[in-house]
Amino acid sequence: MEKRRAVVSVIGKDQVGIIAKVTNVLAEHQLNVLDISQTIVEDFFTMMMVIDVTSAQHLEETRHILHELGEEIGVQIDLQLEEVFQAMHRV
Amino acid sequence: MRIGLNEMTETIRMVQMEHLDIRTVTIGINLKDCADSDIQIMKQKVYDKIVFYGRNLKPYAEQVEKEYGVPIINKRIAVTPIAEILGNATREDAIEVAKTLDRAAKDIGVDFIGGYSALVHKGVTKGDQILLDSLAEALAVTERVCASVSVGTTRAGINMDVVKQMGIIIKDAAERTKDQDGLACAKLVVFANPVEDNPFMAGAFHGSGEGEAVLNVGVSGPGVVLHALKRHPEADLGEVSQVIKKTVFKITRAGELIGRTVADKLHIPFGILDLSLAPTNALNDSVAQILEEIGLERVGTHGTIAALALMNDAVKKGGAMASSYVGGLSGAFIPVSEDNGMIRGVQDGSLSLSKLEAMTCVCSVGLDMIALTGKASASTLSGIIADEAAIGMINKKTTAVRVIPVPNKEEGEMVEFGGLLGRAPVMGVNEFSSSAFVNRGGRIPAPLQSLIN
Repeated sequence: MEKRRAVVSVIGKDQVGIIAKVTNVLAEHQLNVLDISQTIVEDFFTMMMVIDVTSAQHLEETRHILHELGEEIGVQIDLQLEEVFQAMHRV
Repeated sequence: MRIGLNEMTETIRMVQMEHLDIRTVTIGINLKDCADSDIQIMKQKVYDKIVFYGRNLKPYAEQVEKEYGVPIINKRIAVTPIAEILGNATREDAIEVAKTLDRAAKDIGVDFIGGYSALVHKGVTKGDQILLDSLAEALAVTERVCASVSVGTTRAGINMDVVKQMGIIIKDAAERTKDQDGLACAKLVVFANPVEDNPFMAGAFHGSGEGEAVLNVGVSGPGVVLHALKRHPEADLGEVSQVIKKTVFKITRAGELIGRTVADKLHIPFGILDLSLAPTNALNDSVAQILEEIGLERVGTHGTIAALALMNDAVKKGGAMASSYVGGLSGAFIPVSEDNGMIRGVQDGSLSLSKLEAMTCVCSVGLDMIALTGKASASTLSGIIADEAAIGMINKKTTAVRVIPVPNKEEGEMVEFGGLLGRAPVMGVNEFSSSAFVNRGGRIPAPLQSLIN
């Protein structure tokens, strides 16, 4: 089966426990984190995780829960399929 | 190949902070098989076919939007030019068809449906004339129906009899919607050299070279280009072109991916990708501001056309490299009411109607969303249309006129059209008459294709 990946991005103010909270949600949904990194974009803390979604059944639900988590702790969390990054940056 | 961190952050920055979006996914639908001498049957067939192809557009587009995290702003429908299926219908029947289009659009949740159109650049059939006669009322009594009329092409010349009628129709449409500042005119485009696969409203229709149904995608992103240029304040103009090209390339690639995914889900063939910088009233989402970033104090000043030509060409080059099927209008739109920078240019006295006309020589599409004084006569509007059509005809490009002669408003006042259509300062027109010219009628012959200087 072809591997499908997605990118989880967190943008906002840095705070204690962000990574733990996000990875908790991912673990609950059986999603494996392949890569994780963080940086600063235009003064915003940005964290990105590449996750394996090959066998993910309820991605919509995961996305929804991440959005809610983001609202709760005051950051923006998104989950995007990786193809869009591939399309834009690879020919 | 794995995606690097800086590439990920670039994509996220473009979407979250710089308004990268898919401006529209538009399904083109052939309605020729819906023609029927019984108007009730025709209406039912038209409605059923649009709903059949269009019912999943909104839910599927929204799903793709979520999966990839790139917003799709508009979901729209374009149909066969309605004049081609009217046959022996009456004016009242034609208006009923317009209402049917409106109802179908509402029921499937799309904000605009294009194709209440006639291609009359050379001659006018019975159905064409019925459509023209019904046009003003059809636009006034519907909410989402968009209309377009082709009055000239490079190969046929300009049909001045229709140009004359269009001036009268635009005045009529404005008068019928005077309580909304002539809003009906914002849904009517007069074209020279129209394209058959344009996904952008109000000028979208499903041309006769197209199949049963097709999905065309309009990608935009003036905000992304503007931000990219802001990072290169010292670049020379060759490098400016390079920055625009690279940025547009990436935007286009995202657009094609999203368009193909939506088309696959809908089981409709993917048609073309139209890469046009289309401004919105959102902060920094402005074509005028790109020109100002290139170095003009205010859009409309000397140098505007050179800067616009550079930008438009770079957009096309970036887009053409990124996608196999670039089509539609592909270039830059310069609507006044939808671009805060253009509005400011007009208000500050930098940008005039004549300069806007000149700008359309080097970019798509034409005089777009310009509010004119209510005093502008029908023949003056026809003169404006003829000028713009001549620019298109001679330069072998699409040009268009979408102007709103706002009833009871004078030069300098502001009008609010609301929503996507924005707001515009009312502009004056030349006070000398064009009526004797317009009243001559006839056709302006097609131009030579050689001896082109």
